[in-house]
Amino acid sequence: MSNYIIPLMILGVVLYGFHKKIDIYDSFIDGVCESFKMIYTIFPNLIAMILSVNILIESGFLNWIIGFLGNIIQIPIEVLSLAIMRPISGNATLALLNNIYQKFGVDHYISLLASTIQGSTDTTFYVLALYYGSIGIKKTRYAFATSLFADAVGIITSFIICKILFFN
Amino acid sequence: MVNKIWTFFIAIGIIFSLLSGNISTINNVILESAKSSLELMMQIFPVIALWLGITNIATNSGLLDILSLKLSIILGKLFPEVPKNHISLSYMASNMIANIFGLGSAATPFGLKAMSSLQELNENKKVASRSMITFTTINTSGLTVIPTTIIALRLLYGSTSPTITVLSSFIATLASTLAGIIIDRILARRYTNV
Repeated sequence: MSNYIIPLMILGVVLYGFHKKIDIYDSFIDGVCESFKMIYTIFPNLIAMILSVNILIESGFLNWIIGFLGNIIQIPIEVLSLAIMRPISGNATLALLNNIYQKFGVDHYISLLASTIQGSTDTTFYVLALYYGSIGIKKTRYAFATSLFADAVGIITSFIICKILFFN
Repeated sequence: MVNKIWTFFIAIGIIFSLLSGNISTINNVILESAKSSLELMMQIFPVIALWLGITNIATNSGLLDILSLKLSIILGKLFPEVPKNHISLSYMASNMIANIFGLGSAATPFGLKAMSSLQELNENKKVASRSMITFTTINTSGLTVIPTTIIALRLLYGSTSPTITVLSSFIATLASTLAGIIIDRILARRYTNV
């Protein structure tokens, strides 16, 4: 179904523009030109963010925290890793999800729980760094607090809803 | 906040790897990071360029204005600071619609346009406005009906029911979005009082 959405959307936009007799081609070119300005502000933020996230992940600090928490909270270590990595790194969580599917099988309860967590939240740090970085804002006030709180609620709800729907 | 997080990530990472004798890995990571940033850039740049082109047609033809007119009633409640019919409402709506259908690649350019048009309304250009925070909160809570990446991955691993987690994800994301909006309301009020 999602194969249809993008082509149909573009068809709609182009036909509507043609109908309104605007200069469609120039509009498109102008829009594309804008992307260069955008990239100019995005790229430095990407380097900065990826550098700090990679250093944190590869240092093993998060795994150490996860191992520590795993002793206290009685949930599978794989799911715990996923939940903690989810807001920080999209690539790391996709790798973790692949491992979980391989280890338990894609239709196992743990895989379903992991899929639910993965599908229910976004890579918060990436989005915030990108969005605020693109307009040169560093003073983000309570933006991280609200987003991380929402992530936590999403992850906890995933546990509850999967217990109800899939656990037998 | 960004300064603090950045320093925290780098300092904790390097100090921890010094203590655990893992420093040679970090050495490689530092150089690799710049390279992978460029690779990521190469992935998202063409997508942003393409969508900004398409979006600009929709802006010039007035299509986005129609969209914002329809959605301004709902979005107006979420973003009381934004004037009715302001273009940022259309961009935010387009971003949310793209996210809901799992079109992550189309969502990002709309999101970036939304941020820059919200910045036009922002009184202090160095500080995040209330509307921006509400928008990024909804955005990062991952409001999605069709998690396309997950479905594709589950199919790849030969799942008998690749879409089985669509409902559970939707309920979880609904809860996180609602929680985000509520905490955003509470904190927005608290921050204006200070």
